Amino acid sequence: MARRVSNQRKFVVTLIAWAIGLTIFFPILWTILTSFKTEAEAIASPPSFLLFDWTLENYSEVNERSDYFLHFMNSVIISLGSTLLGLAIAIPAAWSMAFVPGKRTKDILMWMLSTKMLPPVGVLIPIYLLFRDFGLLDTRLGLVIVLTLINLPIIVWMLFTYFKEIPGEILEAARMDGATLWNEVVHVLTPMAVPGIASTLLLNVILAWNEAFWTLNLTAAKAAPLTAFIASYSSPEGLFYAKLSAASTLAIAPILILGWFSQKQLVRGLTFGAVK
Amino acid sequence: MADRSRFFRSELAGPMATAHSRAAARFMISPAVLLLLGWMIVPLSMTVYFSFLSYNLLMPGMEEFIGFTNYEFFLTDPAFFEALTNTILLVVGVLFITIVGGTALALLLDQPFWGQGIVRILVIAPFFVMPTVSALVWKNMFMNPVNGLFAHMAKGMGLEPFDFLAHAPLFSIILIVAWQWLPFATLILLTALQSLDQEQLEASEMDGANFGSRFIYIVLPHMSRAITVVILIQTIFLLSVFAEILVTTNGGPGYASTNITYLVYAQSLLQFDVGGGSAGGIIAVILANIVAIFLMRMIGKNLEA
Repeated sequence: MARRVSNQRKFVVTLIAWAIGLTIFFPILWTILTSFKTEAEAIASPPSFLLFDWTLENYSEVNERSDYFLHFMNSVIISLGSTLLGLAIAIPAAWSMAFVPGKRTKDILMWMLSTKMLPPVGVLIPIYLLFRDFGLLDTRLGLVIVLTLINLPIIVWMLFTYFKEIPGEILEAARMDGATLWNEVVHVLTPMAVPGIASTLLLNVILAWNEAFWTLNLTAAKAAPLTAFIASYSSPEGLFYAKLSAASTLAIAPILILGWFSQKQLVRGLTFGAVK
Repeated sequence: MADRSRFFRSELAGPMATAHSRAAARFMISPAVLLLLGWMIVPLSMTVYFSFLSYNLLMPGMEEFIGFTNYEFFLTDPAFFEALTNTILLVVGVLFITIVGGTALALLLDQPFWGQGIVRILVIAPFFVMPTVSALVWKNMFMNPVNGLFAHMAKGMGLEPFDFLAHAPLFSIILIVAWQWLPFATLILLTALQSLDQEQLEASEMDGANFGSRFIYIVLPHMSRAITVVILIQTIFLLSVFAEILVTTNGGPGYASTNITYLVYAQSLLQFDVGGGSAGGIIAVILANIVAIFLMRMIGKNLEA
């Protein structure tokens, strides 16, 4: 017996929900709007919301003047590189923990999780000095290594929770039906594992893209991803609202789009499977 | 490929895994374990070692063993006490806003209304904004006392604009960080809420329970686990808030918005005091461990269920 909701009530809830949703989203919306204004309009008082001369000049200036593309590519390479490297290390580990659980599997998983709780400042100095001595400061390779290590526990955990849901019986059934090993891997195992791997990849690209402790401390100019590049706008001479907005919009747009696809995985990945 | 598929079969032979598959499993786990072990042990033991040295990067070659002096200096520095207080205020403040706000939002978004999917997207969007962007946007475009939107609004109402980051730096940072984490709390609490048994709610409604008692006796107990998870996970991340402080206030004025993470960073990489910074780092590790123990118990219990 489904509860019937009166249209009047639904209307009120709709109004409240939209008002709150738009308020929470407003800083992002305002940034996007400002990115299409001229610098003068961006700081005009009172500010105009939509009735201004829309311009794309900030975007072309951001691209021309500050090697935006270089930093964008740094973000892409670092986040994708660290995620793929992490997956390559984590897939075999998570797979065998899910399918051949031993006495210590749970301990290993919990211990991996505990490494994630190590606050980064606890190892800031040694990592900084090691990077300096090995010439890894301000290199993409250095950041790929660090981000792989800090996200590895999340990757293993996410994959583990997905792999655990693949029932072993299905494989036995396939074998009974005479499936060859090759068929088993290609037609039964892979299709069941791919969605979990894809979700893990998505969430970890997002986390790596937005990581802002190591990227700020270990890069200067060359290898700086967007997080560090945007931070350089905080210096007084960089205070141009419209250009700051354009750079910010470009930096967050790809992840906003990816993020909208990953709502469910976000819950699972960030709670280590404790909430599904 | 042939080798791998043979492995898949033997490992999937059920609980009667062979010695062969066990050995292979160990082999497959070892890269991940060894890397994380190295990541834990090497730098952490270096930090412990440095914390007992008088070691400044500006005076190379002058390192000497000084026992617990660094800890003594770090812990008795008034800045440490201020940073500890700020860390606690930041964590508790953000937790309060996100849990209360997140619960309210989850209850709202769980109702039927037009455009549910779009509103959901609007609400979770801040979580995907990188910390440096959200800090800069809030700092310049909203909280700036001359050109910020809040200043325009104040002037529009005939009020004096308030310089948020100069006069209420910690409060401003709490607001920014809470804005970033509200979506996370909302999303997890909403997920928990959606798994609530609707029949139980309807039955209680027919028995005449009003919204308040339904919330306290049915909804809240059901969500308590999710709330605990949100608290613990957010605490881990909130103890390490860094970029927002670096971009907005640099920890100032004075130490008014410095947390432990930022204090250790300033000591190490701005003052080049490796010894003192390392002692601070170890103290940060100990504080985080206290929280981590509770979190691990929660998740460990879940693993058995």
